[in-house]
Amino acid sequence: MTYALELKDLRKNFGKTEIIRGVNLAVLAGERVAIIGPNGAGKSTLFNLISGRFGPTSGQIFLNGKRIDHKEPYEINRMGLSRSFQITNIFPKLSVFENLRCAVLWSLGYKYTFLKFLSGLKDANDLAEKYMDMIRLDKKRDILAMNLTYAEQRALEIGITIAGGANVILLDEPTAGMSKSETTRFISLIKNVTHGKTLLTVEHDMGVVFGLADKIAVVVYGEVIAFDSPEAVRSNPKVQEAYLGTPSSESAIHGLEGGH
Amino acid sequence: MATYTFKPYNVGRWIIWGLFALVLGLAPLVFTSNLSGTMLAQMGIAIIACLSYNMLLGQGGMLSFGHAVYTGLGAFVAIHALNAITAGQSSVPVSLLPLVGGLAGMGFAVLLGFVTTKKSGTPFAMITLGVAELVFAMSLMFSDFFGGEAGISANRVAGTSVWGITFGPQIQIYYLIACYTFVCVALMYAFTQTPLGRILNAVRDNPERVEFIGYNTQRVRYFAFIIAGFFAGVSGGLGALNFEIVTAEVVGTGRSGGYLLFTFLGGATFFFGPIIGGILMVLAFVLLSEFTKAWLLYLGLLFLFMVMYAPGGIASLIMMNLRVASFGKLRQIWVSYVGLLLTALVILIGAAAMVEMVYHLQLNSALGDNLKFMGVPLNAKGLDSWFGASFVMLTGLGMFELIRRQFLTEWSDIQIEIEKEIKRREEA
Repeated sequence: MTYALELKDLRKNFGKTEIIRGVNLAVLAGERVAIIGPNGAGKSTLFNLISGRFGPTSGQIFLNGKRIDHKEPYEINRMGLSRSFQITNIFPKLSVFENLRCAVLWSLGYKYTFLKFLSGLKDANDLAEKYMDMIRLDKKRDILAMNLTYAEQRALEIGITIAGGANVILLDEPTAGMSKSETTRFISLIKNVTHGKTLLTVEHDMGVVFGLADKIAVVVYGEVIAFDSPEAVRSNPKVQEAYLGTPSSESAIHGLEGGH
Repeated sequence: MATYTFKPYNVGRWIIWGLFALVLGLAPLVFTSNLSGTMLAQMGIAIIACLSYNMLLGQGGMLSFGHAVYTGLGAFVAIHALNAITAGQSSVPVSLLPLVGGLAGMGFAVLLGFVTTKKSGTPFAMITLGVAELVFAMSLMFSDFFGGEAGISANRVAGTSVWGITFGPQIQIYYLIACYTFVCVALMYAFTQTPLGRILNAVRDNPERVEFIGYNTQRVRYFAFIIAGFFAGVSGGLGALNFEIVTAEVVGTGRSGGYLLFTFLGGATFFFGPIIGGILMVLAFVLLSEFTKAWLLYLGLLFLFMVMYAPGGIASLIMMNLRVASFGKLRQIWVSYVGLLLTALVILIGAAAMVEMVYHLQLNSALGDNLKFMGVPLNAKGLDSWFGASFVMLTGLGMFELIRRQFLTEWSDIQIEIEKEIKRREEA
């Protein structure tokens, strides 16, 4: 069977340092997967490999059954995979609306054309407006992205990521740096806008992980040591030992369960 | 940095373009002297060149040090085409020669741009510099095409004339240039409103992210470079027709530097900035250079101050003050503006007197130590002249600084008031 996203023995070295050490992962279409793990475990590197920011040292990546390792980021994006960034990565000197319109242009087939006016592209404008409503920035339509608040910029980051219509979405710590109340609102937003899509998200906040994910992948030292439902992962002794330090680490386990 | 967007109202847009056409049409009727006639023609040419350059710099974030390669090669191809018409080998009407130049500029941009746009940022700037040097070196080697030191000359009265228009008289060539200027400015503005134009802005702002929304940034830069090359070539072709001579200097790095400098002075962040830049360029090259031998020094100083204190160029200064004016707050600071202007003038007079004395010592010392500056006799080796000049300058500086501080507080107060006003309107 074909998976939405499949990694086969993926490895990445930076010089002599092995960052990703043989990751295998198979994600079904429509699944929501949270990737957790201690700092420096290689979660972000994994995203960078999948999205084409870096090429893997060895191993294979399949998107809907097609090889995408060693392809350029824009090629991977055109094949239906889109990602957001941990550090906000938007177009600061363009307005909110322009940010989103740029993000929908390729998927609507406008490519590099300079023979059509943007104002005449009804489908692109409508779609950009739709996503602007979805991420609740419709009142900030003509504000430059650099003048938005942090939470608004994070929402725009997600908006740009989903606007291209990709069916596999990678979110790299979408709630990083947000307050508790902002995070709660933001999670419902993410659930809403990624409805029916395959979602992979790197996340530190356990509340977010258990609220959002169908499955959890635990990455430790560049390897996936567990990939299962949240309940199974929580009771997995290997996870408890590797990820939480010792099996008897009461407070840490509490942390996991607190998010339930 | 102040930021705001220029909102195009459709009625306003018609008025602006109508006025632009009117100015182009009426300018030679208002400024009738010979000198102003040639200057107006050159302004049209410079406007197209600077706008095409800004497609790279302001819209694409590409700092090119070699834009004159495309205006210059366009000019050479156009003048060879003109000579072919004169020799009866070609039947292209003279009025279409700028397009020949444009196609040439585009062709060279296809060829050379493929290499330069492989990179962005600093490597891009370096490669354009290298290409510019390469082409200039070639201009000295291939004298058949570039005409050696004498350049290539031609006569623009060639081929068959339509309705008695031979393009011989300056006024006829002016109107040809004016038509091309209007159409090119309109087309380049239209470009900013297309998908490629907008993605080019995105590439300027954040090339990495563009790769993750499906666009190949290299391709975007390359296409923009080719289009900019076309308009640069049109400008070169018009220049060839206007001057009837093209020398190797037009592909030189000095010319490229001029485009960069004046596009920046005019303002790279707004579409109309380079139009101001083009006009200033001709004023500086034709008038200022007549006025003083030290004109390049003054120009360099002006550029320096602009980069440091108004990096958005004159266009951004205009837009900032328009914003203040639209909130009816300009009358709160106009006194400071007058004060700044007067004291700046005092500084300039003092500094210019010293510059002129230095230049006099270096260049005209055979004529003695005495010179006249703005009607005042100065002795370039006299202590009193130097003391007087530095006294004027320092007094100006002191007063300028005082007024500047006053102005800054007023300015920031006004900005805060405007922010409050905007919030209030949003809530209402």
